[in-house]
Amino acid sequence: MSKVGKSEVRVDAFDKATGRTKYYEDRIPPGALYVRIKHAEKAHAVVRSIDTSAAAAIPGVVKVLTCFDVPDIPFPTAGHPWSLDPGHQDVADRHLLNRHVRYWGDDIAVVIAENEIAAKQGVRALTVEYDELPFVLDVQEAMKDGAPQLHEGFPNNILKHTDMRKGDYAAAILEPGLIKVEGWYETPTVQHCHIENHGCYAYEEGGRVVVVSSTQIPHIIRRVVGQALGRPWADIEVVKPYIGGGFGNKQDALYEPLCAWCSTQVGGRCVRIDCSREETFVSNRVRHAIRFHIVSWLKRDGTIAARKVECFSNQGAYASHGHSIVAKAMGSFPQHYPCENMECDSWTVFTNRPAAGAMRGYGMPQASFADESNIEDCAAALGMDPYEFRKKNVMPQGFHDAFSGNTNYYDSFRECMEKGAAYIDYERKMAEYAKDTGPIRRGVGMATFWYNTAVYPISLETSSNRMLLNLDGTVTFQCGETEIGQGADTAYAQMVAEAVGLRSYRDVRVKSCQDTDITPTGLGAYASRQTYVAGFSIRQTADILREKILTSAAERTGHPLGDLDIVDGCIVRRSDDSPVMTLSELAMTAQYDPVHSEHITAESTFTIRSNAYSFGCTFAEVEVDIPMCKVKLVDIVNVHDCGKLINPALARAQVHGGMSMAIGYGLSEQLLFDEKTGRPLNNNLLDYKLSTFMDHPHLEAQFIENPEPTSPFGTKALGEPPACSGAPAIRNAIFHATGVAIDRNPINPHVLFEEFTKAGLIRDSWREED
Amino acid sequence: MFDIKAIYEAQSVGDAVRLRLEHPEAQIIAGGSDVLVQVREGKRAGRELISIYGLDELRGVSLDGEENLRIGSLTSFSHITRDPLVQKYCGVLGEAVDQVGSPQIRNIGTIGGNTCNGVTSADSASTLHAWEAIVELTGKNGVRRVPIHDFYIKAGTVDIRGEEGELQTAILIPRASYENTFGHYIKYGMRNAMEIATLGCSVNVRLSPDKRRIERCRIAYGVAGPVPMRAPSAEAAASGAEPSLALAEDFSRAVLRDIHPRDSWRAAKDFREHIAVEMAKRALIESVRKAGGDMA
Repeated sequence: MSKVGKSEVRVDAFDKATGRTKYYEDRIPPGALYVRIKHAEKAHAVVRSIDTSAAAAIPGVVKVLTCFDVPDIPFPTAGHPWSLDPGHQDVADRHLLNRHVRYWGDDIAVVIAENEIAAKQGVRALTVEYDELPFVLDVQEAMKDGAPQLHEGFPNNILKHTDMRKGDYAAAILEPGLIKVEGWYETPTVQHCHIENHGCYAYEEGGRVVVVSSTQIPHIIRRVVGQALGRPWADIEVVKPYIGGGFGNKQDALYEPLCAWCSTQVGGRCVRIDCSREETFVSNRVRHAIRFHIVSWLKRDGTIAARKVECFSNQGAYASHGHSIVAKAMGSFPQHYPCENMECDSWTVFTNRPAAGAMRGYGMPQASFADESNIEDCAAALGMDPYEFRKKNVMPQGFHDAFSGNTNYYDSFRECMEKGAAYIDYERKMAEYAKDTGPIRRGVGMATFWYNTAVYPISLETSSNRMLLNLDGTVTFQCGETEIGQGADTAYAQMVAEAVGLRSYRDVRVKSCQDTDITPTGLGAYASRQTYVAGFSIRQTADILREKILTSAAERTGHPLGDLDIVDGCIVRRSDDSPVMTLSELAMTAQYDPVHSEHITAESTFTIRSNAYSFGCTFAEVEVDIPMCKVKLVDIVNVHDCGKLINPALARAQVHGGMSMAIGYGLSEQLLFDEKTGRPLNNNLLDYKLSTFMDHPHLEAQFIENPEPTSPFGTKALGEPPACSGAPAIRNAIFHATGVAIDRNPINPHVLFEEFTKAGLIRDSWREED
Repeated sequence: MFDIKAIYEAQSVGDAVRLRLEHPEAQIIAGGSDVLVQVREGKRAGRELISIYGLDELRGVSLDGEENLRIGSLTSFSHITRDPLVQKYCGVLGEAVDQVGSPQIRNIGTIGGNTCNGVTSADSASTLHAWEAIVELTGKNGVRRVPIHDFYIKAGTVDIRGEEGELQTAILIPRASYENTFGHYIKYGMRNAMEIATLGCSVNVRLSPDKRRIERCRIAYGVAGPVPMRAPSAEAAASGAEPSLALAEDFSRAVLRDIHPRDSWRAAKDFREHIAVEMAKRALIESVRKAGGDMA
């Protein structure tokens, strides 16, 4: 019986429910010193001096270190696989502590103390003198000549510009009778808001540095810590215990390098850095705010003649993941709605804001908001039903992308849309709600997206794992792809059980904790890659393990090797399925054989050289209270084709989480900055309006399971896709409810007040009537 | 770990008064849902605290000898919401404080703390203003009663006399205030939980016995100014009038003569004014409905 495709209980459910799982904080040895960071209170400045005397005098303070003490080694932080090609390596633009302050919140000093309070008091006691510099927050302002410059070697603050050309845009738009639909679409800076803030601790042991961190990417962190400290990578051991979510923020080296260095400055004692929520908002990573300019030229027959797309990505102060995000966003356009003539440009630009990095969707929630808003407006300009317009223009079955090698094997987009439309009763409600004219109006809207699985061919895709046959016939499994709350370990257990031929996924012991000294090298959790890439190496290693098991069994029983198989934890004779011996019997016999003792284990690496399209859509229904400037989300459904589901319950949970993030992105979340100082205004969970359970309707998750041909398990990306299409679906529902097309998110009451006022839906000023 | 210099636990109201006099710099702490947040932020770090949380004599709701509704200052939001006397005489107060933060905060947070903070956004404040609550303070010279309007001096400052060792011991809703009176509170927030009010509006009415006339209408706002405030022009427009939708329009627009919300990154002044009008209208309509009247 198949072990995959079933809603099994998570392998870590019991330990998590009973509070037994150990997160980094649970593992910190007693006596660890507390490191608190002094964050700059200027958006752009050079630190002239830091007076540490008062801080150093506080009882309990062990050491104060400043930006004048750190080694002059710039290092990159992005959680990308290392590239042997120097031209493809990440930009190294950070120091452990920075004298050149590039955003409000930059790290300029640390206080190391015996307790948290002394460390905090020490930070408050530091006196900093700055030489202030002009700052810039807006992405296009930063590109202008004469704008404040953040980094040497990047004129006009442009980290990178790339473009894409297809056909002849300039000539195509000359065709008479075309309808032009142009818009500027603005997406906000948001933060991941994972439950567990980032933190880590470090100590020296045996002349090496051990770092235990709340990270998604232990093997990459080892490399970055080595780079930052100027030590061989092998000098560093990184341990990743259970973590409370990451969503991409922890796909970056956050404070691991600083923590490791602090330990070396206090004789290798254990030091800990625990980010507060306020620090997490500002001094970790954020999602790129991207501004889009889209010009679509439509033919009267409802097709798209030409399209121009410009993307301006606000990188913030440091390169982190840099241009990769907007490059992915831009790359989505030509494939989402293919047309003959396209002109796309994207810029990634430094500004004096917190550094933007990876966040669930990696550019696609931004692109999807812009693209699906513009597409909705295109349909309206043509007087076409938006559903029909999409069906006509969206990536067709058989579409092939030469770069990624991806093929749209099935008619997934249309299948997803049909399912979503049926759930929300789209056609009927579009017609019925069009009649609403009162102060409270309803509307339905939709949006679609596509997503790549993993990062091939842009970067290396590799997965390694190890399987060990235990004496009881179970298998211990280790791999470098990490459990970060999403349930990867359970999916691995099911796939291993399936591939080896075990009785149950419960017979797989997944070592959840990665230790770079022990765990086979992997790249970590990102790019919605886990299940897909691990699938290749699981199948391969399982084949090796099976071969070893069966060879051993053949030798010991005299059965011909070719006539043996493993079924449900038992070695059987293929010819009549009769049991030969259980795996436990084999393991015991092999281990304790007085002449030829054998410990049966297998390990392998698979380099993945394929990618896979993941598809989906959102349909949303809203009720808009126009005078109150409020949107109530009434119903929402996501439909995904992510191939075969390994665990449907976990897949649904993944979709629910992504939908929740999309709801916040669409309606409420935005990190704000003071225009006058560059100071973050709402870096806490009260003022940053993360949507709550009370803001969610029932979240409906549905699937189309077209098996992915490249995957041994028929599966593909689902981690990030659920966060991609929710916001524009809500935007489009508001458009149909009110007739007001809003081209920025979040669509919160402030925005609705402005837009409804502009549209004449609410009175400009009550005062005038007094 | 909190940066606290010392904490003194009061054993009785008298003991609390004594501790106040002995430690004039100390901060009173009840549920701690505001004070501990401030300590964590460094605003009140390193201070002495006097905890009154153990004083059960300050918990609970009762009717006093004059049938005033008396709410002990340590009564939690969730107890207020579920209290039968509150539900009977001033249900809107229970509804208002049920919109504070989250269930956990409503279990630990107290109405005394909510008012002593002196913040304009407190969910209890506009309703207490609209119902002309009386604040009871106990100090070395005994009990002092202050109308809630006078209790709020300015943003973050209330009339508690530390030099007299005072602490707030109760909030009273006078019988004349609650009799035959029905109210409605609207909290405007950017989300439906874990929220601080962008604007809070509490309206109540007493109708004539035949329900054809509004005998008395009161309205108060939170966040329409630095402290919670009444809107007397609007009250004057509605008191004595016949309930109607036209009246609701006049009433709601009149609030703009009284309120002065500020422009901040949390919300623009014109936006706050716009929703203030809409909220007044809806709260009046709902109050009249609850009182058994008809707006049509």
